[in-house]
Amino acid sequence: MARRSDKIIMRVSGISKSFGNNKVLHDIDLTVYEGEVVVVIGPSGSGKSTLLRCMNFLETNESGQIYFGEELVVHKENAINNMRQNVGMVFQHFYLFPHMTVLQNIIEGPTQVKKIKKQQAIAFAEELLDKVELLDKKDIYPAMLSGGQKQRVAIARALAMRPKLMLFDEPTSALDPELVGDVLTVMNQLAKEGMTMLVVTHEMSFAKEVADRIIFMDEGKIVEEGKPDSFFINPENSRVKEFLSRIIK
Amino acid sequence: MKYDFSIIFTKFPIFIPAAIETLKIAAAAILVGVIFGLIIAFGRLSKVKIIYYISTLYVTIIRGTPIILQLFIVYFGLANIVRLDPYTSAILAFGAHNAAYIAEIFRGSILSIDKGQMEAARSIGMTNFLAMRRIILPQAFKRAVPTLGNQFIIAIKDSSLASTIAVRELLLKSQQLGSSNFRFMEYLLIAGIYYLIITGVLSFFVNKLEKRLAVNER
Repeated sequence: MARRSDKIIMRVSGISKSFGNNKVLHDIDLTVYEGEVVVVIGPSGSGKSTLLRCMNFLETNESGQIYFGEELVVHKENAINNMRQNVGMVFQHFYLFPHMTVLQNIIEGPTQVKKIKKQQAIAFAEELLDKVELLDKKDIYPAMLSGGQKQRVAIARALAMRPKLMLFDEPTSALDPELVGDVLTVMNQLAKEGMTMLVVTHEMSFAKEVADRIIFMDEGKIVEEGKPDSFFINPENSRVKEFLSRIIK
Repeated sequence: MKYDFSIIFTKFPIFIPAAIETLKIAAAAILVGVIFGLIIAFGRLSKVKIIYYISTLYVTIIRGTPIILQLFIVYFGLANIVRLDPYTSAILAFGAHNAAYIAEIFRGSILSIDKGQMEAARSIGMTNFLAMRRIILPQAFKRAVPTLGNQFIIAIKDSSLASTIAVRELLLKSQQLGSSNFRFMEYLLIAGIYYLIITGVLSFFVNKLEKRLAVNER
């Protein structure tokens, strides 16, 4: 049994999305259980990122429902903001706030959104920075960091909100190859600690080692879904076979 | 009559009250311009159609007509409704004028911020307002500084138009003194030197601010 709990963290049901005449998501259903690491893979343009962004309402789905836990998230500012406080998002291009130091980036959410006392927020931020091994950079501005360091700060910033689910949108795709490892190590560690994660990535080694479940998307549909072992060794769908043969040499 | 440039030195100090007047109108116009400019910029960025159209119409009218016409409309044109003194008229007209230009400066700098910044802010649960205030505007303002400085310099020079409605600022002072003894050139040069000093000092501080703000950029 791959999933570690029967408790549902997030569920999307019948999600569709178009950009103009281009339909990028076709009636997607997906459930993420507590403590589970779900990795979404697939060719570019398959709708992986759009699905992730719909789940956080950064894109607006045209049809279908999004449930956080048991609760339907309605298209209202309040409901969406409440949900977002519980769902961390990590972007391909980090999007750290350039006018704030590393520490300020991390305490921004807790102090401004959750109204947590600054001292308390700083203590937790330092704990998180220690975890991503960047405590010595806390008073530095993002411009002075490498891509890998930026992404680790971005992960810490998301974790500072104490999310129940972390969404990763191609977190290593913008990094120099030698910096990918540091970020994956942090994500690996997070998974071990039991964080529920939904990861869009092209890192097959990460998918193999860390994922509880792999989802393959193509042309806006979930084409295949399974545990890493069966998925990589014995894929059923021909599109998956083709994709894997191109990616894994 | 020969030019007597020694007048420039001997009469220089008597322009000080006029220079202060120039500074007062320009500063007030800039202040009004920044406040209303920011509001109009949000109007121009608004998704609410009517707000967008009104603010766009405003910017189009102001940018499409001469500033001196706007000044005359406020001072002479509105006289049937309200009689504003020259000083107030100048501040209102120049403030309204600068607001349109400053609105476009703010709008441009807000749009220049990567939309990922807004997404990142929203993804930690910030409201649109909070994200604007804490994340977008500080960055946008930083980017606006050089262009804003330029607009402030234009505002200082444009304040000379207030001489046409008898505000006792630098240009009017030099005209009045010039017509008293026909030494126009000497007095105009004095006014010119004052303008150069004011705009020079302003540029200096804008440059300094720009450098200070650029510290954290790559």
